[in-house]
Amino acid sequence: MHIIVCIKQVPDTEELSKVRINSRTNTLVREGIKSIINPFDENAIEEALRIKERHGGKVTVLSMGPPQAEEALRRALAMGADKAILLSDRSFAGSDTLATSYTLAMGIRKIGEFDLVLLGKQAIDGDTAQVGPGLAEWLNLPQITYVRRIELSSSKIKAERSLEDSFEIVETNLPALLTVTKEINTPRYPSLRGLLKAKKEKITVWTSKDLALDKERIGLDGSPTQVVKIFTPESPKRGKILTGEIPEIADKLISEMKKRKII
Amino acid sequence: MAEIKILAEKCTGCKKCISACPFSAITVEDKKARILSNCTFCGACVSACPFGAILLEREAREADLSSYRGVWIFAEQRNGEIMPITYELLEIGRKLADALGVELSALLFGNGLRKKAEVMLNYELDKIYLVEHPLLAYYRTGPYTRAMVDLIRQKRPEVILMGATSTGRDLAPRVATRLKTGLTADCTGLEIEKGTRNLIQTRPALGGNIMASIISPRHRPQMATVRPRVMKKARPSGNRRGEIIEVKLDFTQEDKMVEVVKFIKEEREIEDLQEAEIIVSGGRGLGKAENFSLIRKLARLLGGAVGASRAVVDAGWIPSYHQVGQTGKTVQPKLYIACGISGAIQHQVGMRNSEIIVAINKDPNAPIFDIATYGIVQDLHKFLPVLIEKLEDEKRR
Repeated sequence: MHIIVCIKQVPDTEELSKVRINSRTNTLVREGIKSIINPFDENAIEEALRIKERHGGKVTVLSMGPPQAEEALRRALAMGADKAILLSDRSFAGSDTLATSYTLAMGIRKIGEFDLVLLGKQAIDGDTAQVGPGLAEWLNLPQITYVRRIELSSSKIKAERSLEDSFEIVETNLPALLTVTKEINTPRYPSLRGLLKAKKEKITVWTSKDLALDKERIGLDGSPTQVVKIFTPESPKRGKILTGEIPEIADKLISEMKKRKII
Repeated sequence: MAEIKILAEKCTGCKKCISACPFSAITVEDKKARILSNCTFCGACVSACPFGAILLEREAREADLSSYRGVWIFAEQRNGEIMPITYELLEIGRKLADALGVELSALLFGNGLRKKAEVMLNYELDKIYLVEHPLLAYYRTGPYTRAMVDLIRQKRPEVILMGATSTGRDLAPRVATRLKTGLTADCTGLEIEKGTRNLIQTRPALGGNIMASIISPRHRPQMATVRPRVMKKARPSGNRRGEIIEVKLDFTQEDKMVEVVKFIKEEREIEDLQEAEIIVSGGRGLGKAENFSLIRKLARLLGGAVGASRAVVDAGWIPSYHQVGQTGKTVQPKLYIACGISGAIQHQVGMRNSEIIVAINKDPNAPIFDIATYGIVQDLHKFLPVLIEKLEDEKRR
């Protein structure tokens, strides 16, 4: 069983609010902000490792990003992944989800045979959830998104897929692509031995020259969408603070609710 | 649109194209190659073919945008019931269609939905494209993508809106990728740029800390998924001027890649969250998982649903389907009571359109007070029991 996990390096959850807009250049200032593996992608790595532990095989992690994304891949190796590949090239900069999924697809094509592709349901910085299904389309694979449980047999995969107020159990043949939610598992922490080993491991870097890319499909040229404006959401207006002793506040609140015919 | 053709008289079925194709987009049937729908027109097969049997015509760099006209919305149904997001799309879709001076059409896929389509004609729309087939009764990525792409290629709309739901967010990127067009996720604002006819798509990013406006100036159709419960719902106008157009499509085995084995409805309390008129939400201020019983008690008393912040879902105090916020649900109840929730932007994005917001937090500087209609700077462990008791008294009266 060969499992490929696609991961993204993102700003740390707690640091998202520190990202500022440079009003002169209208670009995002991300300097000095700590990076992590996208949390949902960590669940994907964990699930891949569990499948490997149960069924044997190997786990390859793949990422597209700037050279510093190596750090995220190294952490995936420390968790237990067997091989890490980074797609990195200046010409990939400015990729939207269409160009990103194309570039990742070409990376996977170069890797060769696989049984399963796993991703997190979405990245916490962009929140689009579009790269998974896009990648499945480029690779002509069946897709199952929002997966919270997997059952695997030799050639089939059965999964629980979360919907808004319900879930469905679906089944498909391998190879397939799945995106996972955080319910699926709790990602492990890398062991000390894992961390030390990952430090020395070599990360394969593929540039645009290594992939048989159509130049019109990558980076800014390959991205139909363009960001024309970024801005900070307007700050809402402040309401009324209810003061007094606790029973008094509770009475005030209840009478306001009654006035507004809520209770 | 680029076109690729196999010249049957030259093809020998040698399969050299299959190994050359980076996307597994070619099969050989009856000793003739056949190009599948996921072909990217990359041309790898053309140079690999020893017989010159593959013909590729590339699209001109600038597609003729003016041949695309009309606004479409995807009318989502589950188990034969029209989903609420459909009415929100009808409202914003009508506005965009009017701004562009074009027709508004709805796509309805399913099996046995003619009656539902008739009812939908009560809303201000011009056409309903109804595609019925047993394979479409229940949402499946493959057949739905096939149906939508086929219709788009035939009719060429300029704007397509879908709900940012588990269905829309599964389907839209698959369709957009097959068409190689632009797609913007989870939009909260949509308008038309005069002159260019570009759709300006505004959405939150980075946990709601930043808003971005996005266009797809060189591509049509322009596709967007729309965040549920942000747009107003359309009301029936009674002015029935639209028509239902039944479209017949055939599906192949290849379209049905994923089989739905079972559909399971979850417990009542989850179902309620997005439709609830009152929501009581708990955050880290609760201290520990057991204290959610206070939140549940208050919610039950008010006939409301239980919500939660990301922090407590991440901590495993409560399942994630209760989560309100950027990565959880967007809600818009009449009353939202935030207990022990500091109110990070990512939470605010999911609830700030609530009619009345009550915030209970002992930190007077918590950002939740910035948007609260009524702020209560108190320890929730002391305040909630008193409030609950008084509400119980009210009930007994």
